[in-house]
Amino acid sequence: MSTPLTRKVNADDHVAGPSDAPVTLVEYGDFECEFCGRAFPIVQSVRKSLGARIRFVYRHFPLREAHPHAEHAAEASEAAADLGGNDGFWAMHNQLFNNQDALEDDDLLRYVAEIGLDARAVDEALASGTFAPRVRADFRSGVRSGVNGTPTFFVNEERYDGSWMNEREFTRAILDAAESGARRPPVGTDVVPRSAPEPRPDA
Amino acid sequence: MTLEEATIELPDPPVLSDEPVLLGEGTAAPDFSLKTTPDQLVCLSDFSGRPLVLVFYPADWSPVCGDELALYNELREEFDEFGAAIVGISVDGPWCHRAFAEARHLHFPLLSDFHPKGEVCRSYHVYRESDGTAERALYVIDAKGIVRWSYLSPIGVNPGADGIMTALERLTPDQLGRARRERRPGAATSDAPPPEPRDETRP
Repeated sequence: MSTPLTRKVNADDHVAGPSDAPVTLVEYGDFECEFCGRAFPIVQSVRKSLGARIRFVYRHFPLREAHPHAEHAAEASEAAADLGGNDGFWAMHNQLFNNQDALEDDDLLRYVAEIGLDARAVDEALASGTFAPRVRADFRSGVRSGVNGTPTFFVNEERYDGSWMNEREFTRAILDAAESGARRPPVGTDVVPRSAPEPRPDA
Repeated sequence: MTLEEATIELPDPPVLSDEPVLLGEGTAAPDFSLKTTPDQLVCLSDFSGRPLVLVFYPADWSPVCGDELALYNELREEFDEFGAAIVGISVDGPWCHRAFAEARHLHFPLLSDFHPKGEVCRSYHVYRESDGTAERALYVIDAKGIVRWSYLSPIGVNPGADGIMTALERLTPDQLGRARRERRPGAATSDAPPPEPRDETRP
């Protein structure tokens, strides 16, 4: 049974890679989840090997009771996005996955400063929960798309139920999707991303 | 009468023990009275007037069960919007439940179908004779104690929460217990408080 991504990739998402890439990989993740930490270098490697053929999207799915630091880590990444745009988000995303064993609030603020953003603004955002609704919206969208734990991946808007730990199998599935995706219009174009080029006429 | 018509008259084939048929929509939910702590009982009628999500699962401490319950634990806000309560049921004893709930910070009751073992599971058609445990199954029961949705998951697969949320969304105001008194989304459901024995044991 296929499990589709119910909330399509849209302008509110954190997106890395070209909007017309033939394959889109969506991850629902938790910055404190050990398995997401293990998936991080695998995803980086897959992205590197596919280059411009892959678009990567990260959405939050913090399990707050199991991972007491996950919520603030997610909110801090949103604060980094607010201050530093897309680059700010991805820089913070990488910092968090590279430092999963140190995710106290002080650590989060240190990472913000290290990527050149205003730690005090992030501190205030964490204290007032400014980005909690944003994180919750991601979480809810995951629940409705069959995300039962983390990490959960969607390849071209279908849940990937194979093994991501097996990098070769994971890469193969994404390459296959890229090849079939190249023969049809890119998925997730119901909302045109801000950086999207003008729609091309069908060749 | 043709041969095809004649076969319709035959009784249903016996149900295989490993493929139970759950109680369907419209069935009155069987009553139960189970221990949630060594000295506290929880009954079906405790939840009268509000929807109840019954989560049958094979065993405390097993990996899939832990993930499944951790997910529902994160969804209390979402269940609250429907005024719905949630309980887990397995054949583990109440002391085991207490240790498991404390370790995982679970904020909903776990009920022990421990003695006579599996009696309530049997009444809901979710007892695995081969293993002596509950199946992995979900029930949504309405405010009047009628089954509105049920789902049997493969034993090793976390069924997630999408089906539960869809079932709750489909309940009528009457089935939600909202026919006479208006309950705002997210409002506290203090008129029918669920037993929360977990909090007594928390620091």
